[in-house]
Amino acid sequence: MEAPRSVNSFLPRKALDALLSALRDGGYDCAAPVVRDGAVVYTRLQAQDRLPHGISIQQAPGRYRVGFTDSPRNFSWANGPQALKPFVFTAHETLWSARRDPDGNLCFTEPDRNVDPVAIIGVRSCDLAALALQDRHFLDGACADPHYQARRASLFLVAVNCSHPSDTCFCVSTGDGPAASDGYDLLLDELDDGFVIQAGSPEGQKILDRLPVVSTTDRQLQDINRQNRHAAECQTRRLPPGNLEPALFANLDHPHWQTVAERCLSCGNCTSVCPTCFCYRELDQGTLDSDHSEHIREWDSCFTQGHSYIHGVTIRAGTDLRYRQWLAHKLGSWHSQYGRSGCVGCGRCISWCPVGIDLTEEVATIVGAAS
Amino acid sequence: MAGEKTRVAVHKFSSCDGCQLAFLNMGEALLTLFEQVDIVHFAEAGPVDPTAVVDISFVEGSLSTAADLQRIRAIRANSGFLVTIGACATAGGLQALRNVADQDDWVASVYATPDTISLLDKVTPINAQVKVDLEIHGCPVNTRQLTAALRSLLAGVTPVDEQDKLCLECKRRHHVCVMVTQGMPCMGPVTRTGCGALCPGVGRDCYGCYGAAENVNVSSLGGHFSTLQLDPAQTSHRLVSFNSADPAFSPGLAAGVKQND
Amino acid sequence: MSLALHHPVAAEIIARQQESPSIVSLTLRLEDRALADRFQFQPGQFNMLYLHGAGEIPVSISSDPSSPDPLVHTIRDVGRVSHGLAQLRPRDRVGLRGPFGRGWPVENARHRDVIVITGGLGCAPLVPVIDYVIQRRSAYGRLIIMQGVKHSDDLIWRERYAAWDAHPDTRVLLAADVGGKHWNGTVGPVTELFDQAQLRTGDSMAFLCGPEPMIRACVQRLLEEGLPADRIWISMERNMQCALGHCGHCQFGARFVCRDGPVFCYADIRHLFGRRGF
Repeated sequence: MEAPRSVNSFLPRKALDALLSALRDGGYDCAAPVVRDGAVVYTRLQAQDRLPHGISIQQAPGRYRVGFTDSPRNFSWANGPQALKPFVFTAHETLWSARRDPDGNLCFTEPDRNVDPVAIIGVRSCDLAALALQDRHFLDGACADPHYQARRASLFLVAVNCSHPSDTCFCVSTGDGPAASDGYDLLLDELDDGFVIQAGSPEGQKILDRLPVVSTTDRQLQDINRQNRHAAECQTRRLPPGNLEPALFANLDHPHWQTVAERCLSCGNCTSVCPTCFCYRELDQGTLDSDHSEHIREWDSCFTQGHSYIHGVTIRAGTDLRYRQWLAHKLGSWHSQYGRSGCVGCGRCISWCPVGIDLTEEVATIVGAAS
Repeated sequence: MAGEKTRVAVHKFSSCDGCQLAFLNMGEALLTLFEQVDIVHFAEAGPVDPTAVVDISFVEGSLSTAADLQRIRAIRANSGFLVTIGACATAGGLQALRNVADQDDWVASVYATPDTISLLDKVTPINAQVKVDLEIHGCPVNTRQLTAALRSLLAGVTPVDEQDKLCLECKRRHHVCVMVTQGMPCMGPVTRTGCGALCPGVGRDCYGCYGAAENVNVSSLGGHFSTLQLDPAQTSHRLVSFNSADPAFSPGLAAGVKQND
Repeated sequence: MSLALHHPVAAEIIARQQESPSIVSLTLRLEDRALADRFQFQPGQFNMLYLHGAGEIPVSISSDPSSPDPLVHTIRDVGRVSHGLAQLRPRDRVGLRGPFGRGWPVENARHRDVIVITGGLGCAPLVPVIDYVIQRRSAYGRLIIMQGVKHSDDLIWRERYAAWDAHPDTRVLLAADVGGKHWNGTVGPVTELFDQAQLRTGDSMAFLCGPEPMIRACVQRLLEEGLPADRIWISMERNMQCALGHCGHCQFGARFVCRDGPVFCYADIRHLFGRRGF
């Protein structure tokens, strides 16, 4: 948690606009967290827009409330309903399209994949950890996803060490926060009067070199260390430690799956806000005359009937089996697939579950680690 | 069907006519539709031939009278593929609320000469009387749903049954959840997708007009509504208003009726 | 050599064979002849076949891997897209992506007896294995083919079974749960054939494909007869949409059936095979 030795740049708060300008001059669109409809959401900033300040967020199971304070800080809150997933693995997109000519010939084309570079400001360490997991899923192996790849290559990430985790956060127990360790281009530590700033990539350094930074003081470095320690110590939720795959697969018949199913709406909100959930379904949308058809993918969820349907049989008809599939995958078989758990401790599935189901509690009961 | 155009009929029973409008709202695509199919009966749009034998019938409305029963059986016999459209045809619609009310009272309060009104004891959706090949839910259904169904049928494949919860579509559109952020009693977690998450998209709670999704947990959502200050009768009203004949919503109906007693 | 993995290429139906009331074989010729020249597949691999405007489904390749042009796909009319594909006629076009997945480990079975056990249309993904073994007959031990169907009328490829049976050291055993007129095979489930098969489980490799209850019963029987779990291979069927190991539907525990399968060694999946919800 100690600040790296190379940290010696401080961006005064009044120079924050210089960061936006430098990014724009560098060819990036800027997306930043703003409040919309009662939540913090990443939104593309217009040229004259500035970052909002004084936002505070309270989260609890099934509950998310935004408040406003007179704090000058821009990032004194934990997270919104979406991490980086929508920027790289979009909710709905055309994979390819098919055209049939009057002779019955079929012609297939892929959409244009030019993506404008975008700088995302305010990324948290949990988001970076989730992005690294989605990178492994979509990019590693023989069949890298070209749509994801194009968007991923367009990202410039300005991370912020999380100073105000919510009650639903548990990134300390997953090892993914609250401070970011890698995967960013620029990293900020926010103090009342400005930002300790460091680069994590050559692209980040290029931007940093153009900013009106001053040298950090020892006091500032002590403050950010204390802030990072506090952000870690204030988290009360946690996952049981270690690889839970053996314990989860040893408890596939645990009665608690059914107990959860009595509350679970199988609505898929948890999987939609989860920054690592990767399931999508493919469907076709054609014109009425059948000449042209788009082959589309959109976010799917293991909580749907269609997820496990195969000609006449639904393998996971009941909610108990669907919840088990999600949890045993997320916290269990993900280890076999990607060498770590699929959970980064962001707590979104807890806050955005309409009935407030808390996976940290449910998994503790199932693997026998309830405190 | 090679060489000959597909013959289509649009029929109506007890309903507001609103679902049929989804055809007329196709706009320019109507021209394409007319190239693909012969619409032989569609009273709202002009053509009238109610006893025509057709490949596809679209049926709006629910069954309220003895004459309705005769007519739907004839339509079934005359139709290769029968599609019901809208909450009335698939789940009773508003008029099925009389099934859980004092019907005589209602008739007396609406009609000047109640004794001239002859009704079945219960209003039923179409599938209670004849085999239905596809149900398209919604109050009203929209053009996108009808186009998707027609496109599949014209291509010789079964249309996709859209039965997921609305929440998935709401999240895909990046609407912010009105229940979690504002405590609104949103029906999205039990309601069938298809509308495009219209209501949450303008900051209000879904009121369930598309009926029940697959695998709904009405009692859990009802329990949650009680923490949002809804009493059981209010929860029941949210469940049954448009789709009271949908058995998936009946636990909520029973709870509300008990409360009203 | 794979074709474009991320979008289909066009293929023309050059022949169509109605195998039974609900089973159709389509012979496909890739329109891009340069691609066709490069296309190769392993026995047990599958292609994604696209019906215009309707969608894609995975279908195993049931033709001979030594002559991958044209390609034969045998389709059972059981779902939305398969029904549409089954209606197509010669000269119609489909889209094709593939080949995908891991096939049968035919090379590891060299010098051993090969036991092929199939149910229903499960025989289609194993036809390439049978072709492969028969073309290299002296490299393998006995070839025992056991096929079960619900009703004897459902049995397709009777001539093919008869032809295989005529090869040296090759035995075809057929069973039908219900035997119709003129049925001279066994009546009962495919496990009824084990007594006649006289398996030499000490030096055999078994390949199974068909409905999972049938596979479970046969695997149980093979284990009882002494065949080790690591010499039993089964083909799994799950909801496959992308075929790239990305869309998540086909996950079977930690495995993606489309990418890590569809053929699995029983020893690797026995802990979940047959468990409710997987």
